[in-house]
Amino acid sequence: MRPIRVLVAKPGLDGHDRGAKVVAAALRDAGMEVIYTGLHQTPEMIATAAIQEDVDVVGLSILSGAHMTLIPRVLDLLRDDGREDILVTGGGIIPREDMDALEARGTGRLFGPGTPTSELVEYIHNWFEAREAQTA
Amino acid sequence: MTTAEMLELDRLREEVAQWRARFDAAKKRNALFANSGDVVEPVYTALDVADDGSAIELPGDFPFTRGIHPSGYRGKLWTMRQFAGFGTAPETNARYKYLLSHGQTGLSVAFDFPTLMGYDSDHPRSEGEVGKCGVAISSLADMETLFEGIPLDKVSTSMTINGPAVILFAFYVAAAEKQGVDVKQLRGTIQNDILKEYMAQHAWVYPIEPALRLIVDNFEWSAEHIPLWNTISISGYHIREAGATAAQELAFTLADGFTYVERGLARGLDVDEFAPRLSFFWDIHNDFFEEIAKLRAARRIWARHLKVRFGAKDPRSWIMRFHSQTAGVTLTAQQPMNNVVRVAYQAMAAVLGGTQSLHTNSMDETLALPTEQAVQVALRTQQVLAFETGVPNVADPLGGSYYVEALTDKLEAEAEALFEKIAEVGGVVRGLETGWLQRQISESSSRQQWEIEQHRRTIVGVNEFVTEEGELTIPLLKVSAEAERDQRARMATMRASRDDALVQSRLTALRQASRTDANLMPFILDCARAYCTLYEIRAAMEEVFGAYREPVFF
Repeated sequence: MRPIRVLVAKPGLDGHDRGAKVVAAALRDAGMEVIYTGLHQTPEMIATAAIQEDVDVVGLSILSGAHMTLIPRVLDLLRDDGREDILVTGGGIIPREDMDALEARGTGRLFGPGTPTSELVEYIHNWFEAREAQTA
Repeated sequence: MTTAEMLELDRLREEVAQWRARFDAAKKRNALFANSGDVVEPVYTALDVADDGSAIELPGDFPFTRGIHPSGYRGKLWTMRQFAGFGTAPETNARYKYLLSHGQTGLSVAFDFPTLMGYDSDHPRSEGEVGKCGVAISSLADMETLFEGIPLDKVSTSMTINGPAVILFAFYVAAAEKQGVDVKQLRGTIQNDILKEYMAQHAWVYPIEPALRLIVDNFEWSAEHIPLWNTISISGYHIREAGATAAQELAFTLADGFTYVERGLARGLDVDEFAPRLSFFWDIHNDFFEEIAKLRAARRIWARHLKVRFGAKDPRSWIMRFHSQTAGVTLTAQQPMNNVVRVAYQAMAAVLGGTQSLHTNSMDETLALPTEQAVQVALRTQQVLAFETGVPNVADPLGGSYYVEALTDKLEAEAEALFEKIAEVGGVVRGLETGWLQRQISESSSRQQWEIEQHRRTIVGVNEFVTEEGELTIPLLKVSAEAERDQRARMATMRASRDDALVQSRLTALRQASRTDANLMPFILDCARAYCTLYEIRAAMEEVFGAYREPVFF
């Protein structure tokens, strides 16, 4: 199977990249091809990068409280480009009820503080296998 | 050392050797017995303490290992300073009044992300972020509202702002002028530590060199106009939160401090003119004794370097005054009530380490901004420590502890070794440009994550003692979407009521001055007085200075 391509992105203005970098490194160690955007990205920058880099997964890390504005915008931009096949997942300081609302809006699972990186790896692997099985 | 003392040490060595054999034979728990950097010995004795250690030093004596005041906390307790801010200026003003009425003794402003990055609340990049993680302050008008009814000559205020620090500081000074306060009386601190932004916290605006120029401009201007103000809070907090070990936090922060001193000297300032107003800010993590030792080592290193290396003659230049905050990164979203206990231990370490002021985190901060009840428990934690435990009765009560003294010496030696490494990579500025410093922190952060996932490091409620039944939930603060709408409306009113010609002429003057070597503080202050906005002032300088680009890696 080809390696899974992941874009790890930091939308918005917050500078907390510890989690994003730890996750990016863990996904890479698990055999995925990982691109990290760096900080302070707009949803437009993220969607463009996801499409240009032809990734399977976008992982958004957000700790600023702006998740209800920024995450739906990334979803909309990918949908407008016909790329609903890309999994948008992520995590950060996001209250449970907001996670539920975002997941209902079309994101994959969102993860909170303290999640082991092995859980993310497993989640992405499972999602990818299911998608490949569907398209095969 | 006398012959008798040498015989005494020989006997001790023998006894320790015998004990070691018994220790090796004993059954031990399978756990990681370590500080953030290294393994810890199972016991410490006089053999582990250097003879010239601080045991013979007294509080208030150079190099201040045992504290900066001869009276410890008997003269004055630490300032209980809770970092707070959310939503709009009127909402945060109400929170400040609440905190002051509950016995808090100083204010500490948390700005929202747009403000931290120098964007106005009505800038497109601010959408969704206004008032979310702090208070939105886009002009003098907001600053006036923030402190309405709070006389600025009566409180000391700390402001956590870095990239656009000089601009927010100018708003504060202008707000004090509008209150009719003599600005010479203003007391407080502006964080203004840009080096650690590039290193860890990442709220930057300009490239490194112009950013350092603005900081030195502020040192120079404040020394003359606002002499009681702390012009910088050189911060280890964010470096530690980003993943650094205690030794790295200590070394990288002090190295930043030395860099600022060098820049001040390069401007032609006398070290004793500005060094007394440099202050520090430390993160107080879980390892109780390591944190205490870190604070003791920090004071000692600063004093020695300022006196010996930089030739400071004024004892006020030698003493390191600092704020501490309990470590946000140690709080867990799982079983959040446990955080109250973590914070209490960390707060005690800060006080045993001799902090001048303290913020205790609230239990709910991994979930959202704190509620009033959570903040109150955090403040009460400090009050119990101050008034019930007896801990502040004696200065440096752990001084002379073999372990704490040995750990203090060890952290000092590790910091000195890291200063040499930093010099080898070309100094702090070069180390940031190449990403060397950022990588050191990243590597430590990855190692800690690995230790947690391998169960080598226990985090109660996260990788051990996990509760299977439903999460214990606590009430959370909601910042309403109305805050953003209200703030935009307030800005529109402010923009409509100001003198546009004056705004433009002040911005032009600032832009022109940015192209010269002039001290920019008076120009920025003039812009603030004319109600130029944060972003307008930022942009005027950005036209000349450009913007910072981070080296991206993971």
